[in-house]
Amino acid sequence: MQVTSDRFSENARRAIADQGLQQALSQAAGRFDVHRTAAFEAFPEGDGLRDLAREIKDRTIGHLDRHLLRLSESIEKAGGEVHWAADAAEARRIIVGLTERYGARRVVKSKSMTTEEIGLNEALEEAGAETVETDLGEYIIQLAGEAPFHIIAPALHKTREEVTELFMEKLGSPRLERREDLMLEARGRLRDIFRRADLGISGVNFAVADTGTVVVVENEGNARLTTSLPRVHVAVMGMEKVIPDLESLAVFLKILARSATGQSMSSYVSLLSGPRGDGEEDGPEAFHLVVLDNGRSRLLADPELREVLNCIRCGACLNVCPVYRRAGGHSYGWVYSGPIGAVINPSLVGRDRAAQLPFASSLCGACRDVCPVRIDLPRMLLAQRRKIVAETRRPGGRSERLALKLFADTMNSETRYRWAGRALYRLSRLFGGRDGWWRPPLLSGWTRLRDFPAPARETFRDRWRKRKG
Amino acid sequence: MSAPGKTALFVTCLVDQFFPAVGEAAVRLLESCGRRVEFPSAQTCCGQPAFNMGYREEARRLGRRMIEIFEPYDEVVTPSGSCASMARIHLPELFEVDDEWRPRAQAFAKRVFELTELLAREGFDPSGCRFEGRVTYHASCHLLRELGITDAPRSLLSGVPGVELIDLPDGEVCCGFGGAFSVKMPELSGAMLDDKLTAAESTGAGVLTATDCGCLMHLGGAIERRGSPLRVLHVAEILATES
Repeated sequence: MQVTSDRFSENARRAIADQGLQQALSQAAGRFDVHRTAAFEAFPEGDGLRDLAREIKDRTIGHLDRHLLRLSESIEKAGGEVHWAADAAEARRIIVGLTERYGARRVVKSKSMTTEEIGLNEALEEAGAETVETDLGEYIIQLAGEAPFHIIAPALHKTREEVTELFMEKLGSPRLERREDLMLEARGRLRDIFRRADLGISGVNFAVADTGTVVVVENEGNARLTTSLPRVHVAVMGMEKVIPDLESLAVFLKILARSATGQSMSSYVSLLSGPRGDGEEDGPEAFHLVVLDNGRSRLLADPELREVLNCIRCGACLNVCPVYRRAGGHSYGWVYSGPIGAVINPSLVGRDRAAQLPFASSLCGACRDVCPVRIDLPRMLLAQRRKIVAETRRPGGRSERLALKLFADTMNSETRYRWAGRALYRLSRLFGGRDGWWRPPLLSGWTRLRDFPAPARETFRDRWRKRKG
Repeated sequence: MSAPGKTALFVTCLVDQFFPAVGEAAVRLLESCGRRVEFPSAQTCCGQPAFNMGYREEARRLGRRMIEIFEPYDEVVTPSGSCASMARIHLPELFEVDDEWRPRAQAFAKRVFELTELLAREGFDPSGCRFEGRVTYHASCHLLRELGITDAPRSLLSGVPGVELIDLPDGEVCCGFGGAFSVKMPELSGAMLDDKLTAAESTGAGVLTATDCGCLMHLGGAIERRGSPLRVLHVAEILATES
């Protein structure tokens, strides 16, 4: 997937000007957030479980190598095969290789951000495997040729009218105006595709090391079909998705859906342990797990940022974020959006290619309050900012560096500070600052929207000195 | 409450240069709590702008200066949730574990208080205040979510005779200031600002109040520009209004 993260400001400007998009955004993200709040209010043990989830994640990520090896052993024991992919290209090669090994021409996929991350669909199509997304939202954006707009609701930005038009244009459907009819249309077409598919690709919400169980959480049933109907199931996971045991799984399942949609439990939770066994009637003949690094070990090696690997991709930080709720998912310019995207994208695609993202935040901290695994997102954003200043040469970087040095030099001396304050005061008088407000030149980022306070004729320190006589 | 010892006002650069009346209000309020307030005049800025923009070395320089200036005091009070959280939470973390400045920063951090936090703790009685008007309160993010101060400003305000405190819808959502964010991403900042002012105007209040002059200059500047019937006041100004 092409990275446009460094055009965040421009992307966001366009998103804000798009009224239809703004309406869809505030309704959908707002609804998720309201439901999340209600779900936790009705679930008093939720807060304690969040602490516990954080602990489990910290412990697991702290010994990730051990847990991954254990997972791999368990899966092999269950008759599955595990593949390690260092980066997106290797993951694509492995999966395309599997379609060739099994002679698979028709691939179905259930929603997976990790496969979006590696640009899998394009690679499969190029290799001649017809690939269809079966989650309704993913199906819609695949037809539209777009990237996911939200971690759990990829087509959140699409209005019903847009989907009607899209189905007419791409599927030759009649004009279907009701949501139910659109769903039935997609379902009908997908059923046929499922029947003919010979390889299914899914994401992974959790991978249980002890038992070799891959857990997929969803609401539509399409993931269950994807993982059980075709001859081959390939599951793709970021390497941070491993958890130690089924007891841990119980903790995460209680908070994931509540954080994501406000449901106490998703409609479908599939626990998949290897391929169909002897004497079993259902399930795929072969099971493969692809474990993806793609920059995650860089996060693992960084004590400042490591805790972002705790993320369980619930999307709660997006729904509550006032920046996401205006800028929308596509502005972030890569797979992951919202506060979590602003933190991880720079590490995954390179800080020089996503240098704007960590600055796309007012540091209000609402994301930290809702994170089910208590990732301190504002602190992570600040850490990325520091690294970007230290490591990258951004446009404007040099003048900004100079400005900050000048700022620190000024503030480092009472005399210089006072002098600068009075200079600003005189400047404001020159530029018509009279009744407390003015419009300083060269500060168009501010003055386009608002006036600037005029420096007081007498500063607080002047008044204090007078008072003390 | 034990004798507080020496109290310093950390007025913040914004208040010093742009909103001196807020500083004067803070002094009056602290004096009414029995404090003999001192104002170490060497103080400038806590370094938060540099810290938030990723310039740690510049922030450390200003941080060390802050510590040196305020170390002699038993209590450092500031009319800003944001500057208080910089001093209390971020400043100690600016120094490595083995840096001699770290324990000094930690000791300093423990003595920093945001004004309404201190007033609430001291049992300041707002029934002696006097302010006429319909007021709505915006909870500034750093006060609310960094320092975890949720009730102090609201309960102080609601105790002022003459104040009709009206709930601000989405009152805990960011106003879009965010320091450099307001200049670097003006469209986003402006969109959040619009939401905030629309909510504030819907309350029918005449005064929009908060504990942070950063938020207030952002909100006030837009009120000025769009000719809104609102005006902004710092919570301290309302509490310190003399009848």
